Amino acid sequence: MLAFDTIADAIQAIRSKTISSTQLVRYALAQIDKLDPAIKAFNSVYPDQSLARAKEVDAGRITGPLAGVPIALKDNICTTFGTTTCSSKILANFRSPYAATVAKKLEAAGAIILGKTNLDEFARGSSTENSAFGPTRNPWDTARVPGGSSGGSAAALAAGMCCASIGSDTGGSIRQPASLCGLVGLKPTYGRVSRYGLVAYASSLDQIGPLAWTVADAATLLNVIAGHDPNDSTSVPHPRPDYLAHLHQPIKGLRLGIAKEYQLASGIDPQVKTAVAAAIKTYQALGAQLVDVSLPHTEYGIAAYYIIAPCEASSNLARYDGVHFGHRTKEPVRDIIELFSKSRAEGFGEEVQRRIMIGTYALSSGYYDAYYLRALKVRTLIRRDFDNAFTHCHAILCPTSPVPAFAVGEKSADPLQMYLVDVFTVTANIAAIPGISLPCGFTAAPKPLPIGLQLLGPAFTEQKLLRIAQMYESATPWHNHRPPLA
Amino acid sequence: MSDRICKFYEVLVGLEIHIQLATRSKMFTAAPNAFGQPPNSLVDPQVLGLPGVLPVMNKRAVEYSIKVGLALGCQIAPFTKWDRKSYYYPDLPKNYQISQYDLPLCSSGTFDIPDDDGSTKTIRIRRAHLEEDAGKLIHEAPGGHPIDYTIVDLNRAGTPLLEIVTEPDFTTPRQVTTFAQELQKIVQYLGVSEGQMQMGHMRFEPNINLHVTDQTGVVHRTAITEIKNLNSFSVLEKATAYEIQRQLHQWLETGALGQKSTYGWDDAREITVHQRDKEEANDYRYFPDPDLVPVIVDDTWLAELKRQIGELPAARRKRYVESVGLSPVDAATLAADRHTGDLFDQSVAAGAAPKRVATLLLSHGRRLANESGKPLAQLNLKPNRIAELANLIDQNKIAPAEPAGKVLERLLQQDAPAEQIASELGLLQSSDTSAIEAAIEALIAQNPKPLQDYKSGKQAAFGALVGMVMKQAKGLNPKLVQERLKQKLG
Repeated sequence: MLAFDTIADAIQAIRSKTISSTQLVRYALAQIDKLDPAIKAFNSVYPDQSLARAKEVDAGRITGPLAGVPIALKDNICTTFGTTTCSSKILANFRSPYAATVAKKLEAAGAIILGKTNLDEFARGSSTENSAFGPTRNPWDTARVPGGSSGGSAAALAAGMCCASIGSDTGGSIRQPASLCGLVGLKPTYGRVSRYGLVAYASSLDQIGPLAWTVADAATLLNVIAGHDPNDSTSVPHPRPDYLAHLHQPIKGLRLGIAKEYQLASGIDPQVKTAVAAAIKTYQALGAQLVDVSLPHTEYGIAAYYIIAPCEASSNLARYDGVHFGHRTKEPVRDIIELFSKSRAEGFGEEVQRRIMIGTYALSSGYYDAYYLRALKVRTLIRRDFDNAFTHCHAILCPTSPVPAFAVGEKSADPLQMYLVDVFTVTANIAAIPGISLPCGFTAAPKPLPIGLQLLGPAFTEQKLLRIAQMYESATPWHNHRPPLA
Repeated sequence: MSDRICKFYEVLVGLEIHIQLATRSKMFTAAPNAFGQPPNSLVDPQVLGLPGVLPVMNKRAVEYSIKVGLALGCQIAPFTKWDRKSYYYPDLPKNYQISQYDLPLCSSGTFDIPDDDGSTKTIRIRRAHLEEDAGKLIHEAPGGHPIDYTIVDLNRAGTPLLEIVTEPDFTTPRQVTTFAQELQKIVQYLGVSEGQMQMGHMRFEPNINLHVTDQTGVVHRTAITEIKNLNSFSVLEKATAYEIQRQLHQWLETGALGQKSTYGWDDAREITVHQRDKEEANDYRYFPDPDLVPVIVDDTWLAELKRQIGELPAARRKRYVESVGLSPVDAATLAADRHTGDLFDQSVAAGAAPKRVATLLLSHGRRLANESGKPLAQLNLKPNRIAELANLIDQNKIAPAEPAGKVLERLLQQDAPAEQIASELGLLQSSDTSAIEAAIEALIAQNPKPLQDYKSGKQAAFGALVGMVMKQAKGLNPKLVQERLKQKLG
């Protein structure tokens, strides 16, 4: 593992000249060389560029809140260096002429982007198995998945290949892999972080966010990436608070909501239940009051999500047609339609094609009202559920994932079973509220695997949510655990 | 040949108009909106539809569209949104077009046009919505050389396009072109589009069908055909007229009502040509664009846009005739161009008689504009100077014909009081009666002959007498000289 493997430690070590950024980046690159052949967290790594930037930091020519810190970026965020593949054959050689706002902000803050991490193709999936470049493995047990779709970002961090990473979350794609890899993962409120340059999956649900070892590191990253962006009409012009300020100040009179629908949800692993119950006790010991809340439309969350997301995806992915950029079939074609269909059939993987078909069908004339419009109505109801619940509590507490990391191949044959893994995470995207996953223990059998606790808060209350998370982290040891392999 | 007899038929024509708005940048990005540039030079990641790009609405384009909507008497939606219209085509980089589906920016308007018989014809506007245009596909190399591939030029892609749809209220081809021409005047007046037909700034697509009543009173409705992409007024009129006759003769000869279909115009043969049937509606899978936020048009914004529009040509024309008392022809000429109308109004407001100002502008003003090759309103004439000159004429201090024209011409280069200029040019005429009296006295004293001629009944000698008085003392008001002389002799 890295000598200084959190942002806070790395910054302190670099600033106090205990270690140079160059040395730290070298360690990270060495760790990638050593472990990534087995983990496959990265789609691309940029050693020369990273070391060159590290030298600039060491020479004092690059400064900023993340100066010299090696991080990893999910490979669906555009950078002007290297490729932005979305783990898809159709964009395998895509080099973006422009950079995502988040990538620019990270570099302006002095971060060193070591490489771009693997994901489920176009962020569609919950295991990082649906990658055109092969699955990423969970550093806690390489026979298991790291979760997804930001599985590469989670695995890279868990394996000690970087100090933090950036993912994107459409239905749990930051929080679920954070949970499965023993990390902190934050999905900010929709509109808090610019989506400009994030290759769209479901535009109304996508949000970029941090993966880190600690709540403070997540807050540091959020400080850098959050804020209004005129290039993203859906980003909000609210001022960005300092998420590190008052972070260690506990919330007095903290009320945590326990949703009865979440407790009744089927398919929750008993060890997950036990760990989350223990976490609730920890909060009670810290003075939190538990409040029973109801989110009555939870059971429709997955259904609504798997209509809204594929509908938007089918439209967002229409541009990959082999005409202007990306993979074009080398087969002979009779006409333009065949050029489209062959290029797309060759370029997209099975799960992506499945979701394009679902979305195209649901948006078709005659079905629109029954599916898309209905899903939007459910969306309104789910939002209302949360609005009501948050009048009684500061945050809602529940598991992040109903199960710990599952074996590679275990669920990939059954898409429906895979979709159910998102049951606790999708509603935050549907309701556009922030959610954070924190490590809250480990399974005992068959081997120790991380378990994640999720806190959901009202829109634009990241500051409070981080403080509530910090209360737990300060009282528990889980964030100090590292996978043996790292 | 046939036992079908057309007792009478009713023509139903609706019009779909695409107007390219003259904004500086494109509809959803800062890439420039321009014409005649090298292929694919007006592009950026957004226009190319690259992964991860997001649209940002061009507020100016929305304002332009609202202005046109207001000019067409439309309701402006207080809440509207953007929808994605999906179809695969290589000139559409995202394979969806950002458009407006069920909540168009403008709807339910009415617009009056003059009909041939002098009456007013009201055309209902169904809707006007804003969208981004597609690029262009080119199937031959420059110079017309054949190629076995297609060239995509995305310069036009993403430019703001206003689509106006009327109800099928036109009953003659002439009405269609009258409307089209009025619309061109409006967009030019509002400054929202150059409205240059040959540049494709305005494209027209008439939808045509007939209700034919036969000898037994049964009504036969021909299928609606649409003629695509007509971009000149004469072609619009010819194509509409041709298509009406084609449908009528098709029914007369075969009894066929035809298929709902799309036609094109063959300019060489001057006929409409069948392009494709429209058996089924395309499924565009419209849904609200999640990358954009809804547009709220509040009262303040609307009031500001109304203020910017000011008075529209039709209203101005009406006012000039009804309140100002100008002739319809003069009113139409002054009102056709916003700046000319403004110049007229400001000159009148500066304290001159409207009719005098109108005559000044339409005679001397127009001549000077023609001579300089510039529009009248760009001649840099100041309203207060025009008013001064108009008043000089009305006060008989200068003759309205050539002398006034000379003063106006001088005012193009020199901003000075009109009277001063007239004086410098020696064009001021005196209305001083004592001076006139003196001149007449002097004349009579020196030249008794013409006076005697006149008195002996030679009426023609009167003109000669006036001329002599004027010669005697330059700058006298000829009208007064005549009056005085007549009195003297009378």
